[in-house]
Amino acid sequence: MKRRSFIVSTGVTTVGVPLAARAAAAEASGSVKTAGPKATAVTLKINGREHAMTIEPRVTLLDAIRDYAGLTGTKKGCDQGTCGACTVMVNGRRVDSCLTLAMMHEHDEITTIEGLASGAALSPLQAAFIEHDGFQCGFCTPGQIVSATAMMSEGHALDEQTVRTQMSGNICRCGCYPHIVDAILSTAKSS
Amino acid sequence: MNPFTFARTDSVGAALNAARRLPRARFVAGGTNILDLMKDDVERPEALIDINALPLRAVEMRDGDLFIGALARLSDVAANAAVRRNFPAIAIALDESASPQLRNMASIGGNVLQRTRCPYFRDVATPCNKRDPGSGCGALHGVNRMQAVLGTSDACIAAHASDLAVALVALDAVVHVARRDGTRDVPLRRFYRLPGTAPQDEHEMEPGELILGITVPALAFAARSTYVKARDRAQYEFALASAAVALDVHDGTVRAARIALGGVGTIPWHAPQAEAMLADAPATRASYERAADVALDGARGYGQNDFKIPLAKRVLIRALETAAG
Repeated sequence: MKRRSFIVSTGVTTVGVPLAARAAAAEASGSVKTAGPKATAVTLKINGREHAMTIEPRVTLLDAIRDYAGLTGTKKGCDQGTCGACTVMVNGRRVDSCLTLAMMHEHDEITTIEGLASGAALSPLQAAFIEHDGFQCGFCTPGQIVSATAMMSEGHALDEQTVRTQMSGNICRCGCYPHIVDAILSTAKSS
Repeated sequence: MNPFTFARTDSVGAALNAARRLPRARFVAGGTNILDLMKDDVERPEALIDINALPLRAVEMRDGDLFIGALARLSDVAANAAVRRNFPAIAIALDESASPQLRNMASIGGNVLQRTRCPYFRDVATPCNKRDPGSGCGALHGVNRMQAVLGTSDACIAAHASDLAVALVALDAVVHVARRDGTRDVPLRRFYRLPGTAPQDEHEMEPGELILGITVPALAFAARSTYVKARDRAQYEFALASAAVALDVHDGTVRAARIALGGVGTIPWHAPQAEAMLADAPATRASYERAADVALDGARGYGQNDFKIPLAKRVLIRALETAAG
């Protein structure tokens, strides 16, 4: 048991349930496990490696990745799902890590910008961002690259218009969009 | 965010029991709406009940009806071939919702229950009758460009933000709600409450109830439905005005129409008078213009949002022309 401090409370399902509620209660064979509000031991699997941490339920996946796993490549921009700087993949799907709780992802495969390279070898898209000058200040870049990596696996890297539509969840205030599109399309073409 | 208890459940019954046992608890699925509001102190639950392990993710045709599980994600429903073929208005409304990342996260049940984007609702330093009943409405005489023009009251003019719910209202979807003593079905057209004098009462759900799924009834001409959305950016923006429409057209005559408007109502706005006007009318622009006038009958602008009334008419006309083909 990794979550020792979880209070496992099965059997709450029938206590005090009026007779009329038995229909719903009959379905209630499952369990309710609670944690918090104090910090609890949680393990997250990030880039194939397990990271043990002690966190309160209110810690977002973004803060767990940055402040508890120490992987600061993922950025906190708006912290409200508007900018996409915090984009990571959960089981291969891109999400905004600022709007989900770390505790909701204990059994998921999380991939961050740090997980895209193979050792010292950049992923093709990372290399393309350098070749096409796909950034200026660089703050949105990890989110852009993780988002675009997932987008390519979704099959959406078809043409400029589709790429712009499908990358709309990642804002670049330096305005590097033309170069970002070039980097994505060149990578999609050569793969 | 305030501290809270986190409860993980693995069945509908366990989730309902947790909601009954934990004080001031809220369910969480995608989290994209409630966590955002908790960071801003607008929502202050003492417990979050994680329902993601519940078996409510199905998206499937059942005897011509479309069933969508409450925990299906927007992107899953949008990509479903049967949805795109039989109910394109739903697929388009989802494609044009939020961003790819948020569509991967947000659940269908959470989408129809999402709170308004009204800036006064979201800023605890300002008055808002929806967030803090009796405190007043900051939008009424304030920044109201994005606010509603239909279904408003002196207490609240906040627009409903969902695109999906507009398509579902047009197509007369039914919400399946679980409660301790069983389940009940609520037509989405009767699900939302006008703000009136109590804008904090937004819908028919009672505390501790849980949406299991939504059924969209079979409708042959829904295969020619569409959704048109006007907004300030090409992508990733809430509607200024939108229209979900399904039209049954034969030999140049409209036999039946389904119409709902978004971005302009305090609730997803069904337009039954416009539907009735189009029945047996010629499938012409003149008919669509008359229907649009009827659909916006009674609309009231508040200054900055006056433009929404003519815009919504044009959006509806465009949607009707598109659906007619």
